[in-house]
This record gives sequence, structure tokens and C-alpha cells, in this order.
Amino acid sequence: MVRQVWKQFCHLSFLVVSCGITACNPEPVVPTEGVNAQLSYFPEPVYQYQNNPLTRVGFELGRKLFYDPILSEDGSISCGSCHKQFAAFADLEHSVSHGLNNQLGTRNTPALANLRWNPNFFWDGGVNHLELVPLAPITNPVEMGSNVNSIIRKLNRDPGYVTEFRKVFHQDSVNSQQLFRALAQFTGELISASAPYDQYVNGKTDALTAEQKQGLLVFEAKCSACHKPGLFTDHSFRNNGLNSDFKQDPGRRIITDQPTDEGKFKVPSLRNVTVSSPYMHDGRFRTLVQVLEHYAKGVKTSATLDPLLAGANPGIALSDEEKKQLLAFLEALTDKKFITDPRFADPF
Amino acid sequence: MQNLLSKYTASVALAFISLCTPSCKEDPDTTPALPGQVTLEFDNVVGDAALSLDDQEYTNANGDKFKVSMFKYYISNLIFKKADGTEYKQPESYYLIDESTPNSKLVTIKDIPAGEYTGLTFTIGVDSVRNVSGAQTGALDTANGMFWTWKSGYVFVKLEGTSPQSQNGGLVFHIGGFQKPNNTIRTVSPSLNGNKLLVEGGKNPEVHMKVNVLKMFQGVNTIKFAELATTMGGENSVKVADNYVNMFTVDHIHP
Repeated sequence: MVRQVWKQFCHLSFLVVSCGITACNPEPVVPTEGVNAQLSYFPEPVYQYQNNPLTRVGFELGRKLFYDPILSEDGSISCGSCHKQFAAFADLEHSVSHGLNNQLGTRNTPALANLRWNPNFFWDGGVNHLELVPLAPITNPVEMGSNVNSIIRKLNRDPGYVTEFRKVFHQDSVNSQQLFRALAQFTGELISASAPYDQYVNGKTDALTAEQKQGLLVFEAKCSACHKPGLFTDHSFRNNGLNSDFKQDPGRRIITDQPTDEGKFKVPSLRNVTVSSPYMHDGRFRTLVQVLEHYAKGVKTSATLDPLLAGANPGIALSDEEKKQLLAFLEALTDKKFITDPRFADPF
Repeated sequence: MQNLLSKYTASVALAFISLCTPSCKEDPDTTPALPGQVTLEFDNVVGDAALSLDDQEYTNANGDKFKVSMFKYYISNLIFKKADGTEYKQPESYYLIDESTPNSKLVTIKDIPAGEYTGLTFTIGVDSVRNVSGAQTGALDTANGMFWTWKSGYVFVKLEGTSPQSQNGGLVFHIGGFQKPNNTIRTVSPSLNGNKLLVEGGKNPEVHMKVNVLKMFQGVNTIKFAELATTMGGENSVKVADNYVNMFTVDHIHP
């Protein structure tokens, strides 16, 4: 009997000690754990959930917030309004961002995937941390037009949200840090690594067709310097010859103030590129055929044109056959599991 | 079973040790003076006059007229120094001083080890680490409106107002930026004028600091509102930051 009680006491003490260490967070559950295991050909992620331990409830709360128009000023627009899952979390309908009262921004909605690996965000790299990404669209007057204070007030007035936030962060009221960390738990887990290309890399040699394998060779020779596999971006900023002057949008120069950065934009990942049109920072091309045409024949020269595209004949020499093979290969980057995964879908 | 039990016993022991750690160490024979606190008062002024956010008109060294509608700034990473070179660095040391919020102008720093301090150092703004650490709370909460949304980083000093000399009539000085070449983080050590801060439990020395708005516009760079009335980071913000390193002076100290 004494032994029994002692055992129970021991067990309780053990719980108290472990709670002290983890602040009584629920068991961390990685929603996409199965996927993570296969990512040997990815580099280490930049965002490691420092101070924001990933949990099932945190991920679910982030998902709900992502799809809730409560984050916009007039309750009409959610993150998911422009980042639609079937379009790999991009927006097929608009060349540039489309916000409150049908206002338009200046840049194309980027597809979302594998954000934990990004050292910075947006076409110009202005935001340096995954947790701070939502702050820009939330406060942009032509996107969600809200402000952090009013959102925090709204969330604290909603008993459902107060309860859910408490489950994740164990605090009495909701603050902006919790909001951004919850969103980061969802957006950080938007991992796309189940495309035919990934199966091929993981040893399934028949995951690509013969034409796609040819396309991969062309890709490696002519595209991979910037669109580095497996993330299909090298995270650099480059002027890819869309314009010869940059009055409309100076790109990276806005952030760095350096004339050498004029007209440079982030090299986007090509994952799910076939389902996330339109293309380029201003969404000017509707099809991948147009994109390849641009690189083959349309590159415009300027002082900051990327050296890889410069020369007597600016651009990338591509035969018709190579273009066909490249288009076939790009299909192999479409992750059907990712764009239909119910864990990422609108919960409302 | 034996193993399991000894594991639990170890856990219990650990729990007791961690419970005891703060109190068990006390040695009644050599009880040192208890830690104390210091209050810093930030008194925002324009030259000799108190800053007022109403319709008061001021004149800067350049002869430009101006009115101020908003004045707020971060001070952070407070360090108290003793004559022998030892120092106390306050952990989690971030404060937003806002002229429109009187309470914010009084900052009390608790748990400073007892002793005689002869120097005070702090950063005007926010260190680079916190500028790249994601969502923060407290003084650093993005809800405080001192964070750039389109280009991550804190606004260190914000002054808004009007001036007839400004081309569009407005003054918007949002000074910030933590990366080269436009780093505006400045660390200052305003002189205590030979005075000492005697810190121990039961006392509360007060340091009255004057923060002179005029210094933003004069010093190594003369800021003429006709030429520069709006800056939100970048080269021009650096010019202002190079001036405002001299904005903080210790006026007097209450022991």
C-alpha cells in the first residue's frame, strides 16, 4: 500500500517536473511528420519553431485564422482568399493582389509552399521572419486594410478564439505574438514534397516519363542555377530581363536602397508552378509557354540584368524540343497531395 | 521495476533540488545588501521648454518653425556600471517612451544588485537581434505601431508634426534601420555629471533625463525642413540618428 502511494507520488512529481520544462504544452505533434522524414535532399529549414513549439492545436488554430476573414478590416477577406489551396496557395484570377473593396496591389500573389526554408519573404525579400509575414497583408490598405490592435480586440471578444489560444499558448488573453505564432505553425507546415519529382528523387525511377527525364536534363543544364532543386529556388534576387527600366517597380532596391538591386525580384520556387499561374512578380504571363518564350526571346537588357541571362543574345537558348521537354518536367513538380490535402483545407 | 523506481526517485530529488535552489543557498552570516531599483524619468523638451503635443510652435537651430503631434522612441539594453568596471545588464530591457502616455515616461528598473553605480548606458532603438527574431510582445509588440510591415524592423524614434518650411507641410521622421550601410542603432552613455547611483533595497534613486527634440535637427548634420521633412529609414534617417546621439542628457539625480 505504502509502495503504491509512493509510486503515485513519484509519478505525479515526474509530471510536475516535465511540465516545468515544457510549460505543460501538449505533446508536440508534427502534422506533416511523414513528409519531413523524406526531406534529405532539402537543406535545414530556417524557421525551426524557436520559442513556438509546433503542436496539433497550434497548427489547427493557425489554419482557422488563415481562413478567417476576421483578420481583414471589414471581415471580407482572409489569407485564404488570395492563397487558394487548389492553386498551390496562389491566386489564379488576378495578376496582382486583390483586396478590400476590389482594390489592387502591385505584385502577384505568390504560391505558398516550404516557407520554413525561406530566409526572407515577398518578391523583394522585405520581411525577414516567417512569423511577421502576415503583418504586411493584414495592414496593407489595399489588401486586408486592418491593424493589429483591432484584430487582437476582435479575437479577445470571441470566446471560442480565447479558449483555443489558451489551449495553445497558456495565457489569459490573446496578443499579437500568439496570433503570428499560430499562423506560423500552419504556414510553416505547408510542406510540398510529394510531387512525382520527389518520388523520382526518392528512388521511384518510373515516377517521371521519358520526356520528363529529358526535361530534367534540360532543366539542370539551363534553369537549375537559379531554380535550385529540391526547393527549386536559390532564394536569390535577380533581374530576369522583364523590363529595361524600373520606374514601375524598383523591386529589391526598395528594401536595400542599393542601385545595384534595381529591378531585382526573388527567384520563385517552381513547385506547383503548373497550377499557380499567372507568373512573374507582376503576374504578366498567363502561361508557362509565355514564360519560356520570354527566356528564349524576350529578355531585355539593362544595367542590372542577371549575368546568367546577359550576353550578345540575352536570355536562354531553347529549342522547341527543349521547351516541350521542360514543360513536361515542370508538370512533375505538381504535388497533387499538397493541393488536395484536407489538413490544409478551409475548416469553415 | 527497480530501474523505473530509481528513475522516479531521481525525478523527485530533482524536483526538490530545484524548489530549494533559491533559498537553500542563503548564508545568514554574510547577508549582502538586497538588490534595489532605479527610476529613470524621461522629460521630453524642446530647448528650454517642455514638449507639448498641442499647438505650441517651436523654432529649431536652423530657424525653421515646427509643431509636434507625436514623439516616441525606444530605449533598450540598459547597463549600470560601477567605477571598478563591473556592470549590471538588465535582461529583457525594452521600453517605449511615448510623450502622449505619461506613464511611459517613468521607467523603473528593479532587481539591480546593490552597489554604487557611476555610469549608465543604453541603446536608442532596438538591437539587431530583436529586429530579426519574429513576433514579440510587450514594448516590442507590433501592435504598438513602431514596426515596419513591408521591411522588417523597428522604428526607433518617431516624430511627426507640421512645419511651414516643409514642402508638403508635414514632418514625418520615422528613424530606424539596423543593417549596413543605414544602421541607425545608437548606444549612448549620458554623463551622470560625477554623481553616483546608490542602489540597495528600500531606496529608489531617480535619474531625471532631458530628451531634447531640437537635437534631432542639429549637430553633425543640420536638418532643414525644406530639404528633409520625411524619412522612413535609409540614408537620411542615418543623418538624424547621428544627431540624436546627443539628445539624452542627465539633468539631475534624486538619491
